[in-house]
Amino acid sequence: MMGFDAMAIFFWLFAVVACAGALIVVVSRNIVRAAVGLIVSLFGVALLFFLAGAEFLGAMQLMIYVGGTVVLLAFGVMLTARTLFLRMSTTADQWLVAILLALPLTVILIQAALSYSPFHGGQPSIERTAEKSSATSVRPITITELGMALLGFRENGQNSEAVTLFRGNQGYLLPFELISVHLLVVLIGAAYLARRGVPKTMASSDAASVSDLGPGSTD
Amino acid sequence: MVRLLSDWLTLTPKYEWVAYVAVGLFQAAILLALVMTAVAVATWAERKIAGRIQDRLGPTRVGGRFGWLQPVADGLKLLTKEDLIPASADSILFRLAPYLSFAPVFAVFLALPFSEGWVAHRLNTAAFFILAVLGLEVFGIILGGYASGSKWALLGAMREAAQVVSYEVPLAFSAMLPVVLAGTLDLVAIGEAQKGWFWNWFVFHDPFTFIAFWIYVTCAVAGTNRAPFDLAEAESELVAGFHTEYSGFRWSVFYMGEYAAMAAVSGLGVVLFLGGWNGPIPLADWLGLTPEAGAIAGFVGQLVGSINFVLKCIIGVVFMISLRWTLPRPRIDQVMSMCWKYCFPLVTIAFLGATLWTLFLPDGLLNWGHPKAATREASVVACFAEGQAP
Repeated sequence: MMGFDAMAIFFWLFAVVACAGALIVVVSRNIVRAAVGLIVSLFGVALLFFLAGAEFLGAMQLMIYVGGTVVLLAFGVMLTARTLFLRMSTTADQWLVAILLALPLTVILIQAALSYSPFHGGQPSIERTAEKSSATSVRPITITELGMALLGFRENGQNSEAVTLFRGNQGYLLPFELISVHLLVVLIGAAYLARRGVPKTMASSDAASVSDLGPGSTD
Repeated sequence: MVRLLSDWLTLTPKYEWVAYVAVGLFQAAILLALVMTAVAVATWAERKIAGRIQDRLGPTRVGGRFGWLQPVADGLKLLTKEDLIPASADSILFRLAPYLSFAPVFAVFLALPFSEGWVAHRLNTAAFFILAVLGLEVFGIILGGYASGSKWALLGAMREAAQVVSYEVPLAFSAMLPVVLAGTLDLVAIGEAQKGWFWNWFVFHDPFTFIAFWIYVTCAVAGTNRAPFDLAEAESELVAGFHTEYSGFRWSVFYMGEYAAMAAVSGLGVVLFLGGWNGPIPLADWLGLTPEAGAIAGFVGQLVGSINFVLKCIIGVVFMISLRWTLPRPRIDQVMSMCWKYCFPLVTIAFLGATLWTLFLPDGLLNWGHPKAATREASVVACFAEGQAP
């Protein structure tokens, strides 16, 4: 026995949760059940992040994917479905496209997993970092350091030898700004597309977008 | 706590996980008991306050004078009620939905500090974690409305989705103001930053935080789906909205989720704006009830702090209850325009204003010789200097 490691047990538990959710997404015919499966899967991934000590990433996963994306997805289904409990059947060509997309990704992921040295009998990295942090009391990366990294100052990148090899270790200011501009463009585009079909007189009353939410809203 | 237990049981490092699991279960049990008590007391308070506001007495018979055993009677009644699942419902999702709406609210209490050092798990990003997890509650409600197979329920769920997704934005924005003032997302540190007299509380820090506090209150009421924003269960138009088809135990789980969410947003608001476990007067400091003065004095200080915290939470919950029985319900389009046309621009201005205020007046107007802000500025400057040096 390789030692009764609680970290590994929880890792397997959460990994199984994530995979089971993903399986539900693929297998389920009912689109809202698939959304629930997606939530389970994303929640499992968030739990893995929490297990690894990446609290910010885990909370981000919950907020953006589970709380935002999937809720909007379910909302869209409810708003557009003509019959209750819409069922989908996947056709053969959809399967073909899905396999064509998924296969390269699987190959890349398996290759990446195999190239990771602890996979071949080395120590698991979680255990190693845990030992290191208990021995030399290294702080886990806090939100302050993350924020500083987004502003262009990477504390943990400064004293490693990698800094001499790669100037990009300075921080993530450029990617951060690029993503911000990208999101702004997406927002403006969405607003433009949504407004295009609306006549000028109707566009002035904003109630149009929510007026079909129930009998009480006859404004 | 983990360290204490593992030392006591003389566990080797390999079996330390036993201590972790035991302590985790213990803390979860305490929190669950606490949340359930809060829910029971809140339902009783709701009935009593509703009665008083409507010139009635409310419950008077069960358990003697004030009807204080009413929640037990309610619970027994709900447990013994017939459990119905409509024939047209999606039975798996229908069963799952109530628990999906209660579990996230319970998870909030894991990161909420009740007193100095009394927190189940001190998270570095606690404020963000709580906001993220609170946002998950809505999915249970949407699912319940969808899976019921009823048009009333579906309409209620759609309203709920639109409302909660919108109000999450100003809610998170207003919660960011104390985060900016304290310079951290750690709720324990945010509470510590408001030590001392009540004018150190972030709500009184500057005019902008005062505005943001009331926006937080509005959005918290709307986000927990409470009247006057209970459009998802508007009984005058939608029968009972998303829980039209629910009865018995499953309905009561939805209900518990709603009351627990009230307690949770009150707790978060108290820590963020109302000084957390610090009383209006630094009484515990005068009496020497600090951790430095010894274990027992420190414990008494923490106990006083938790009483402060719970009292403020009760005030918050009672405020929300009396709001429900006082104000009429707006229409759904009024709810949406209140969010996007009033709350959101206001909170954006308040956010900008508070940021500028901390830049120019980091100690606040009424704050004499409070060292917290000055040391924070120094640490940020040091951080920048360190980052720039190659």
